[in-house]
Amino acid sequence: MNTFLFYILAAVIVVSTGLAITRRNAAHAVIYLVFSFFGCAILFYLLGAPMIAALEVIVYAGAIMILFLFIVMMIRIETPEHPLFPFSQLRPAMAIGLIYAATGLLLLFHQAAASRQPMAPATTPPEVFGYTLFAHYGLTIEIASLLLLVVLIGALHIGRHQPGGHK
Amino acid sequence: MMISYEHVLGLSVILFFMGMFTVLTRRNLIMILLGLEIMLNAASVGFVGAGLHWHTLDGQAMVIFVMAVAAAEVSVGLALVVCAYRKTGSVNPLFLDEGP
Repeated sequence: MNTFLFYILAAVIVVSTGLAITRRNAAHAVIYLVFSFFGCAILFYLLGAPMIAALEVIVYAGAIMILFLFIVMMIRIETPEHPLFPFSQLRPAMAIGLIYAATGLLLLFHQAAASRQPMAPATTPPEVFGYTLFAHYGLTIEIASLLLLVVLIGALHIGRHQPGGHK
Repeated sequence: MMISYEHVLGLSVILFFMGMFTVLTRRNLIMILLGLEIMLNAASVGFVGAGLHWHTLDGQAMVIFVMAVAAAEVSVGLALVVCAYRKTGSVNPLFLDEGP
């Protein structure tokens, strides 16, 4: 039963992401993507990372997608009538996609035989994960918090409403 | 539970291609940013799968930082989208080409 759970989750994630990228209405696309992120969170729990699963729901589906919804609601988007995937853009997209598909297939089918064995299930208790994160990656945490501070100031400055245009 | 590492990487490849396709072909700035988020999520799936395969916590630590960077980039990206909307009145990236 647990073996099929991964494939059911993978199908849900792929189908909802596919639905998300083919919507004309941006709000519908964001909702489908929230559904896909919930599926990814369950997948992370299945792969032994309960803390990452909770953080995916809180940060990705709960903050980033809500930010997208705020912007979609703030900006009046006229639903355009032109084709969704314009043909002039399809040629470079498919060219890059073919190169990427070739790379992906090489990556998948030249693995060692050990990659085809099922992975041993494991789970990470949050206290072990927290200890490892702060013991080995303390500097990166400080850099990430500095990045968030810089982005806060930057987004505030960019989004300021100047009367009469702004440079 | 028997999940093979190959299949987790295959899911990551499929999701990443979907995100890249969205960035390359959609003519809506918000959908382009959504494609970026899909690509980052696909990379996170690959990282967590690799962490389970090699029995190390480095994959999960990397996902924490990927999420932090994704949140930062979405904030600045959406602020820029609002800027572009105020300047041109639409979210079509083709309208941003102007000038000589």
